[in-house]
Amino acid sequence: MARRSRTKTPIAEQKPKVRNSNFNEVCLGYTIEEGQAEAIRCLQCKDAPCIKSCPVMIDIPGFILAIKEGNMQEAAEILSSYTNLPAICGRVCPQEKQCEQVCKLGMAKNFEPVAIGKLERLVADWALENQDFSKLSQSDQPKIGRVAVIGSGPSGLTVAGDLAKLNYEVIVYEALHDSGGVLTYGIPEFRLPKRIVKKEIESIKALGVTIETNVVVGKTITMDELRSEFDACYISVGAGAPNFMGISGTALNGVYSSSEYLTRINLMHSYEFPKYDTPIKRSQQVVVIGGGNVAMDAARCAKRLGAEHVSIVYRRSLEELPARIEEYHHSVEEGIEYHWLTNPIEYIDNGNGDLSGVKCIKMELGESDESGRRSPVPIKNSEFIIEADTVIEAIGQGSNKVLLSTFPELKLTKWGYIEADPKTGETSIPGVFAGGDIVTGAATVILAMGAGKVAAVQIDNYVQEKMKTPVTTKV
Amino acid sequence: MVRPMYKITKRTQLSQNEYDFLIEAPRIATKAQPGQFIILRINDSGERIPLTIAESSATKGTIRLVFQVIGKTTAELAQLNVGEFILDLTGPLGMPTEIKDYGTVLIVGGGVGIAAIFPIVKGLKNAGNRVITILGAKTAELVILAKECQEYSDELIITTDDGSLGMKGLVTEAMEQVIAREPINYSWAIGPSIMMKFCTETASNYDLPINVSLNPIMIDGTGMCGGCRVTIDGNIKFACVDGPEFKGTQVNWDEFISRMKQYTDEEDACLADYQKAQVIHNG
Ligand SMILES: Cc1cc2nc3c(=O)[nH]c(=O)nc-3n(C[C@H](O)[C@H](O)[C@H](O)COP(=O)(O)OP(=O)(O)OC[C@H]3O[C@@H](n4cnc5c(N)ncnc54)[C@H](O)[C@@H]3O)c2cc1C
Ligand SMILES: Cc1cc2nc3c(=O)[nH]c(=O)nc-3n(C[C@H](O)[C@H](O)[C@H](O)COP(=O)(O)OP(=O)(O)OC[C@H]3O[C@@H](n4cnc5c(N)ncnc54)[C@H](O)[C@@H]3O)c2cc1C
Ligand code: SF4
Ligand code: FES
Repeated sequence: MARRSRTKTPIAEQKPKVRNSNFNEVCLGYTIEEGQAEAIRCLQCKDAPCIKSCPVMIDIPGFILAIKEGNMQEAAEILSSYTNLPAICGRVCPQEKQCEQVCKLGMAKNFEPVAIGKLERLVADWALENQDFSKLSQSDQPKIGRVAVIGSGPSGLTVAGDLAKLNYEVIVYEALHDSGGVLTYGIPEFRLPKRIVKKEIESIKALGVTIETNVVVGKTITMDELRSEFDACYISVGAGAPNFMGISGTALNGVYSSSEYLTRINLMHSYEFPKYDTPIKRSQQVVVIGGGNVAMDAARCAKRLGAEHVSIVYRRSLEELPARIEEYHHSVEEGIEYHWLTNPIEYIDNGNGDLSGVKCIKMELGESDESGRRSPVPIKNSEFIIEADTVIEAIGQGSNKVLLSTFPELKLTKWGYIEADPKTGETSIPGVFAGGDIVTGAATVILAMGAGKVAAVQIDNYVQEKMKTPVTTKV
Repeated sequence: MVRPMYKITKRTQLSQNEYDFLIEAPRIATKAQPGQFIILRINDSGERIPLTIAESSATKGTIRLVFQVIGKTTAELAQLNVGEFILDLTGPLGMPTEIKDYGTVLIVGGGVGIAAIFPIVKGLKNAGNRVITILGAKTAELVILAKECQEYSDELIITTDDGSLGMKGLVTEAMEQVIAREPINYSWAIGPSIMMKFCTETASNYDLPINVSLNPIMIDGTGMCGGCRVTIDGNIKFACVDGPEFKGTQVNWDEFISRMKQYTDEEDACLADYQKAQVIHNG
């Protein structure tokens, strides 16, 4: 056999200069031949560590072997027995902190790990192109029960798909006019094409799942109504409510939350204004606050909308940056500037209620805190101003209260998230399960999915048990 | 995706720029309470805009929307006919008005804001209040829903800027007269922001508590973006979930008014484009 390449098989990407003026996907994906060349690099470990580092424990060597042998159908089947959204996870998982981090090949000196995510994406994209979902046969057995899922993000979609496979009637209620949660309104087209998200959702609907949009649970329908109409409920409403730093000038025109900025762009297509009716500022100088995926996405969107200068202000340093490393590299290639160890302290008014600059202060890393991370402390007299007509705060989101405020019986954590057993998804209320960001706080797509997988099994157990126990008096 | 069809079942033009629609939306109709609103999107390329639920009928499964044409989306909405559909309609959103027996209440509506106060007038009357309603507009033609408000008011006062109907002058002058005459327990004002600001000043001069309904720019309307944020008593609140009703004295009015101007240029361009297309289309 040929010697294993030390590096990952190169993958085609749009050139930075070109992609900076469009919203098309940056990474173009492997061809089957390239995928096979990459698949050859896999060591086919017996006790593969990558499996254990994938939150849904995909049989990674298994599907990679199928690719190597040119058997895409089999690879797709292996994937779909573990994950309902492989085309999405292959694209957005932080692989460097999960499956690829522990890859034995990658542990070897001077070797890069196997490009597991890219291979997963290849198989999933192949399946979306080549499989006919309309042929998926739905069982004609009478349904076991009815389950309501609240929120159509990755967690809700996963529960719904798994329960439909187990022969449940599942209805997903979604507040917005489109399904997908963050996949649809948060992560931009150039990282996650909406065509792919739509197809993945179609494949879940083909299992017999119904999605009802424009339903805000708590407002349009109450939890009491759902609980009386369904055998069980799964709450996966995400952590969508934006936090603001609350520094002086937050109300100025030109100050956005990342949620608003990205919703306008992704859900409402404002980058195609006026073909689409929702406007967005065509800014020249943009400052983005934060260091996660959300900050990267907002900054790269701003660049694509034509801004001359886009900088990211992050209070720690590159080592602590929580974003996917691939996206950080992409952002640098696209000309995003970085102010490390910097924190904003004030937004400056141009005199007309519009933003003219961001006053920042330099930080240094102090003592390690309880979490072991060195916490940033401001350096005296180091203030400086970055000129800006737009600032986007991407400092994290909290739990959305629309549903929770109408369901006070449900126990919450001290941070306002739903208290649910991570091993089962059970909440303080029997028959009500929860998972995804609304339980963990803002996390990842694959963790939201994993929570959905776990809950589907538990919901099935719960409903089956309920059917067995004769109904006595209602408590 | 299951998408209910939101059919327009009745359409009335109230004035040159104001329209009154009945729309089928059974789920929303059964839940709607005074003070709440919906968000709609006409078609796939449309934006999401908020409109107040002016009335709802659980038995007929309809909601009533009254709107003023001021930009592209409202202009496009006004073009729709009975039997046509709106793509997306979500609600009821926002916190309902606290309806109870306050005693005597003073309710002020200005311009298209009259549509938003009508359900409050009706709710407060049905809750046993003595209701005094003031409706204000530029001219007689723009005084909408006067008959409906009359039906649920113990007293109805109309003011117009040009004196073409009722008393000539501003709603705040009518407010002063009522307050001077008899004790009032609570008040509401809904209309253009500048009107609400001055109503708040008038009411607070007499220590009369006043609620206003804020109409900032909204996108999702479910608390997920913060585009609708307003400063209330020094704290950031989201009008779509914490409001839209707030105590008038706690609103940072200058900031609120300034934030309404955020997209003026873009909105004008969008409307101009639309009008041009209409002209070409209609010859
Ligand atoms: C900009 C951005 C970029 C990200 N990038 C990455 C990445 O690269 N990799 C990664 O792994 N993770 C990423 N994440 C995180 C990831 O997207 C989330 O962890 C994940 O989407 C959480 O899934 P969820 O199903 O819990 O909730 P969500 O995806 O938030 O979905 C919740 C859904 O519930 C709906 N909802 C809320 N309230 C109600 C109600 N009352 N009634 C009905 N419906 C309701 C919402 O409208 C929404 O559609 C990113 C997040 C953001 C915001
Ligand atoms: C809670 C609430 C209830 C409302 N109820 C009514 C009502 O019952 N009848 C009525 O006629 N109007 C109502 N409005 C105002 C209505 O939403 C705007 O007139 C409408 O969005 C204008 O859209 P347009 O495209 O026609 O105009 P545009 O040209 O887009 O905008 C004209 C002006 O309308 C405001 N506006 C624009 N977009 C939005 C938006 N997405 N959300 C809110 N305001 C916006 C801005 O001040 C803007 O300058 C309400 C607003 C809110 C927030
Ligand atoms: S789902 Fe994520 S963690 Fe699991 S194999 Fe795929 S990319 Fe790796
Ligand atoms: S409109 Fe988005 S939070 Fe209110």
